[in-house]
Order: sequence, then C-alpha cells, then structure tokens
Amino acid sequence: MSRQGHGRDSAGRFGWAPLSGATTAVVGAAVMALALSGCGTGGGGGASGENTTLTVYAAASLTESFEDLAAQFEENHPGVDVQLNFGGSSTLVTQLQDGAPADVFASADQANMDKAVDADLIDGSPSIFAGNTLTVAVPSGNPAGVTSFEDLAGDDVDVVVCETRVPCGTATQKIEDLTGVTLDPVSEESSVTDVMGKVTSGQADAGVVYRTDVKAAGDSVEEVEIDRADQVVNEYPIATVKSAGNADLAREFIELVEGPDGQARLAEEGFRSP
Amino acid sequence: MILPAVLGALVVAVPVLGLVVQVDFAGFWRLISSESSVAALWLSLRTAAASTALCILLGTPLALVLARSDFTAKRLVRSLILLPLVLPPVVGGIALLHAFGRAGLVGRYFEVFGFSVAFTTTAVVLAQTFVSLPFLVVGLEGALRSAGTRYEGLAATLGAGPGTVLHRITLPLVLPGLASGAVLAFARSLGEFGATLTFAGSLQGVTRTLPLEIYLQRETDPAAAVALSLVLVAVAVAVVGISAPRAFSVGGRPG
Repeated sequence: MSRQGHGRDSAGRFGWAPLSGATTAVVGAAVMALALSGCGTGGGGGASGENTTLTVYAAASLTESFEDLAAQFEENHPGVDVQLNFGGSSTLVTQLQDGAPADVFASADQANMDKAVDADLIDGSPSIFAGNTLTVAVPSGNPAGVTSFEDLAGDDVDVVVCETRVPCGTATQKIEDLTGVTLDPVSEESSVTDVMGKVTSGQADAGVVYRTDVKAAGDSVEEVEIDRADQVVNEYPIATVKSAGNADLAREFIELVEGPDGQARLAEEGFRSP
Repeated sequence: MILPAVLGALVVAVPVLGLVVQVDFAGFWRLISSESSVAALWLSLRTAAASTALCILLGTPLALVLARSDFTAKRLVRSLILLPLVLPPVVGGIALLHAFGRAGLVGRYFEVFGFSVAFTTTAVVLAQTFVSLPFLVVGLEGALRSAGTRYEGLAATLGAGPGTVLHRITLPLVLPGLASGAVLAFARSLGEFGATLTFAGSLQGVTRTLPLEIYLQRETDPAAAVALSLVLVAVAVAVVGISAPRAFSVGGRPG
C-alpha cells in the first residue's frame, strides 16, 4: 500500500524519462491485465461451460486440512474446481460483506460467524464442525524450562500471547481466569501466526497458541500442555453463503467436512470433533 | 496519453477518497482518543523521530561516500542500501529477526552481555531505521550530485581543510535535500508495519505503533480503525506537502 506509493516517489527521483510511447503501451497493458483478472475472479457462477467453481472461504488454521479435503472433493465431483481462500476470520467476513463471491464460509470462531449471520450473508444456520484448544508452544529444547502454564507467569520467562481483541487472546484470558494465573506477556500479537513466529524464531521463551498450530509447526517447537485447556474450546462454525452460486455443491462440501473423512483429516491436524 | 494518466491518478485517489467517505466524523474524536490509540500515536511519533535521527546520523556519511568517492563496489553498496525500498517489509522483519533477534547472527552476542532488543522499543526503532534509511540516502545523494563539487573545490584551493569544507560548504548546500530526505524517512517510519510486527512484537506503549493498533482495531472496532487511518493519511499528506516540491525537483535541478 504505502510502500508502492513511496516506490513511485523514489522512481521520480531516479530520473525516469517522462511518459514515452512505450510507457503508454505498458500502462495500457497493465490496465488490460487488471480488467482481465477482474473477469477471472467472478467465480461461483458456473452455469455455462463444463467446469463449475466452488469457492470456499476458510480460516487460516484450516489450510492443510481443507486443501486435502478440497482435492478429495474435486476427485469425487468431476468438473468441479474448488477455489480456496484462507485468511483471518474477520478479514474473510469483511471480504464477504464487501460482496466477495463465496459459496462456503468456515470461521475460526463463533463471533465472526455471528457477524456474517447478522450481515445477512449466511443461508440457514451455521453448524459447528471442529474445536480447537489452547496449548503452550516453546522453542525446541525448551530454553526456559517451561513445564506448566503456571511457569509462564515467572519473571524470567518471555511469553507471547494473542491480544484479547482477537479470538485466541480471548481464549487465553479465559484460561488465565480459570487457573488464576496472570501472565505478563512481552508481546500481545494480533494473530496466532505472529505468536508462533516469535516462538519458532526463538525470540520468545513460550507462546500461548492453538494445538493445531503446534502440530503444523512440526519439530521447530515443543508442546507443554495446559491442564484445563479442555474447558476453553474454540468452536469452528461452517455455513453456506447466501449468494452461493452452487448451494447444493456447497452443502455437499460441508457434508464432507462434517463426515468421517473430514473429521479424520481435521483430527490429524489437532482439531477435536464437536 | 491522458487516459492512462487519469487512471493512474485515480488508482491513488479513489482508495483515499473511499477511506475519507467511510469516516464517522461525529464520533471521530471519541474514536481516536481511546487510551490504546493515544498510546499508539505517541509511541509512533517518538519512535519515528528516533529512527529519523538515526537515519540522519548514519545516512549522511553514507550518502557523502556514495556521492563523493569512487570505489569498485559502489554500485553493489548502493543496490544493497536500496534493498529495503523494494523488499516486502515482512521480509525485512524476518531478516532483522535473524540478525538482531535472540538467536540471530548478531543478537546472540547481545544476549551474552545480558542485553536484548527483543520486544523492546529499540527493536521498533531498528525496524523503522532499516526501512527508512534508503529514503534519506537516495534523497541526499541526489542533492549532493546536483550541488556538484565546484564550491568544495574552490574552498579547498583557498585553504579550507576537509572538515571545514564539509561543515561550511557541502552540508549547507544540501540542507534542503537532507531535510526532505529526513521528512520522507520520518513518514516511512511512521507507516512501518510489516517489519515491526515480525521483528518487534506488539505491546501497548512499548512496541504497538499506530499501524499495528489500526490492524488490531479492525478486529473489534472497524470504525476506530478507519478514524485512525485518517489520522495517518493526514500526517502523510502534511509530510508530502512539506517535502514533495523539493524531493521531486532534486533530480531535475541543473548540476
């Protein structure tokens, strides 16, 4: 955003030649490209031609499992192309509100699904398809010797959490309330990915994240379980989007996610069944 | 010719207009005066001022060397210094992390001396300096080149030593270029997001600058995020207003 603006500023100062015929051609081509890409993202329609596109908006934590499930869905539905768009749940809701074409929306928390429901974007009522619980991630080798959630309150432990305004931070606050342990974090990140980044790079001694994040990080982190984590479950709702071009296909995709194959794949990533 | 030009202007103007239209002016003051917003704005101003000072301190000698001396690796050095201009800030953040982070190339030696920049305001300033330095160096080097060496040579033949030439001739001549470079560096520091988020973290009053606060506000209070964005737009407009006439004419001035 602002980066590009500055790039232009400096380009001016490097003494680029004023607009020439060639430049005009380049600009023209760029405009054409923009227009064409605009057409390409139409998606969702699928009435014409053989290929039908099913567009799925899903929380970033679902990336690995949904990519596999989408591949399976395409295999079972020849001619269907599943387009996946992963992002923070609140970002996805904003995109949906702005009229982005989607058939299925899978949120990482109830609050963002509620926002979508309130904005009249959802067809029917959402159902819960998975749950995620918190855990503690420490860099491999556990340099600060963390053995419990209580240890995180120690002065010599640099702990990173999510800010309370984002779902993982709200959940962390609930764990603090439950256990009576008050954390004094060195950073309150805006996403769980940023918390993981600080842990995997060894910047922080520990981070409060989701179990699925620890699974996805593999060997770069170790897990220290939280005793009462089961009492704070973050539920993942899924629903058909009202503007869906393929309501039937959307429902079939949701059935796959909620069915045995979907649940097994999600469990591999550390999700719990609802 | 005219059509692409108008389109080009619109690409920039329309989003800004969209933002302004979206602002809830009735509640504007309430939205931007929350405790977290004020803390973020104050932190942003302090860190941007500190990183601009660092840019001047480190960037001025660098620009002088690039403009006034000739060595084989000069092109390479200049390209290297320009790198933060074209790098995605998040990549800059990752690079900083692996240089000055606790386990980083240089950072691990900081640790030995019981000193760590991780999660401190220093880390924010470091990230901002990293991304802003090219603006100062490029602007100042351009000014030095267009100022030429005539007066410097003249002063030297009249017996002025290198130090005197620098202070009495060179620096006063390029002061406008230095000022506009510094203003652009300040603006870039104020807007820094990616590298700060990746490298410094996010804690109110310590590392959570205004762009980070806007990003977070978006989660719960989009109206406040829009209002705070307008504050940054206003600052940016002011900065461009101050520096642009000079910054853009530097290259074209007869040398």
